[in-house]
This record gives sequence, C-alpha cells and structure tokens, in this order.
Amino acid sequence: MEVEAIKLLAAAIALTPIIGVGIGLGIIFGAYNMAVGRNPNATDVLEKKFWLTFAFVEMFGLVAIVAWALLYFTG
Amino acid sequence: MADPLHQFVIEPIVPFEIGGMDLSFTNSSLWMMIGVVVSTGFISMAMGKKSLVPGRMQAFVEIFYEMVAGMVRSNIGPEGRRYFPFIFTLFVIVMMGNLLGLIPYSFTYTSHIIVTAALALMVFGMVLLLAIAKHGIHFLAHFAPPGVPWFVYPLLVPIEIVSYMARPITHGLRLFANMMAGHIMLKVFAGFSVAMAGAGALGFVAGIIPMLVNSGLIAFELLIALLQAYVFAILACIYLKDTVDMDH
Repeated sequence: MEVEAIKLLAAAIALTPIIGVGIGLGIIFGAYNMAVGRNPNATDVLEKKFWLTFAFVEMFGLVAIVAWALLYFTG
Repeated sequence: MADPLHQFVIEPIVPFEIGGMDLSFTNSSLWMMIGVVVSTGFISMAMGKKSLVPGRMQAFVEIFYEMVAGMVRSNIGPEGRRYFPFIFTLFVIVMMGNLLGLIPYSFTYTSHIIVTAALALMVFGMVLLLAIAKHGIHFLAHFAPPGVPWFVYPLLVPIEIVSYMARPITHGLRLFANMMAGHIMLKVFAGFSVAMAGAGALGFVAGIIPMLVNSGLIAFELLIALLQAYVFAILACIYLKDTVDMDH
C-alpha cells in the first residue's frame, strides 16, 4: 500500500477512542440526572463536580481529534 | 480542503535575536499582551469608583473575584489565602487566552502545547518545591497512603509516583487539546462552507448549513473556553491542597 493510503487509514483509526468517550459521557450525564432526580436539593453540590468530570472525559476525545488532525493534514 | 492547521503558525512581527536565541515579538506575544491589557484595564476600570453599593461592572468583577476566592477557600482551606493571587492570575490568563481566540482573525495562545506545558510545569514546580520546603523528607510519605496492607505497598508506591509525575502532563495537555481541537473543528466546518459555495448554485445556497453548524460550534467553544479555564484553576488548587495539609 502507498504511504498516502496508510496515512489516511491511521488518521481514521486515531478516532476510535471516541467510542469510550461517548460511553463515559453517557455515564456521567446519566449519573448526574439520576442523582438530581432523586434529590433535587443536591443540584448546587453536584453541578460543579459534573462540569469538572465532563471536562476530564472530554479531554480524551479531544486528544483523539488532535491526533486525527495531525495525521490527516501533515506528513 | 483548506488547511485547518495554518491558523496555529507562529509568525514573528518584530524579529529580534540575541546570540542565536529567537526572542522575536510574535503574534502569540501580541495576543498575550492584548489579554493582559484587556483584563487589567477592565478590572481597573470597573473597580475605579469603589462605591459601597456596586454598579453593574463593579458587581461583575466582585462576583468573579468572590467565585475564585471561594474556590481557593473551599479547596485549599483558610491558609490557602496566600495562594489566591497565583490562582487568580492563572484563571485570568487562561480565560483570556481561550476567549480571545474566538475573535475572528485572532490567535489562541493557549492552543500551543509550549504555553500550556509552561503553565502546568510552573504549577507542578511550585507545588513540589513548596511541599519539600514545608515537610522536608516527610514529603515522601505522600506516596504511601495509610490504611493499606503492607504487601500492597511495593505495588502502590510506584503507581502513586507515576501518577504524581503524570500530573503536569495531563494538566497542560487538557487545555491544549481542548483549544486546538475546538479551533480545528471551526476551521474544518468553515472549509466545508467555502467548498460548497464553489460547487454550483444549489451548493451556494446549501452552503449556509455548515455556517449554521459553525455558529453552534462557536457557542460551544465559548462554554468550553470558560470551563477549561475553570478546570485549570481548580486543578491547580487541588494540587496545592496536597502541600498545605499533610494529615498523613
């Protein structure tokens, strides 16, 4: 296979961690919604932790996107 | 497709060199200076009147100050007050870097790993030196948490050390990846719009759709810009907390 084809294939494979990010985000949103549903008074306490954990999980998805961009647009 | 990585190129505006070291004034430096001038000017101007009952701008700055002060107080504790200027400066500089990048034709200086790694290494170095200065050799007890059976320690201590070393890497990488990926997404959708406009009459009309998606992405990037600045600052607070209290 030519180098060009391998480069595009590698760029595509670099996006597979987004599966895990999707699952993780679903767990986080579901846990927050269930916790607030059971105890609406806990909204103030949980809201900051929710955004914090969202940022942590989103980081891996964005690292995957950066890897895709670096493989697709450069040598 | 146009190259979305071209926006991250650093171009010198005023070339300047000392003994082989390139110290030129670049577009990155320019936007860092703009960030400092805008934040300092805004806060000075808003707090200029110092009235007891605050007007709108003064109330905004006071709420912002109280939010960061509350974050420092609740995460480090009452003796964390001495670290408040450091955390406030970190928050403001990261927030300015992220927000100024949303202006068209600007440059996001936090989208370069060298800038975010420098900030994260500064936090890490400060935490390490403070912990060693405060606790001496007892600082190494940090890696051996109590309440663990003795045979787990040979496995646990290397893991703790490695995860401590990984802190500056993840700290800086998070901010860098968020900013770079966000701006790449913006440019990719903008490139779609331009490509569709060149593809006939229907393409010209349907080229509005990537532009609408881009508007949604810019709103999302605004949220991410503020959120990542908050996450950077609160993680610095959490890392500082380990030096302040050492109950083990």
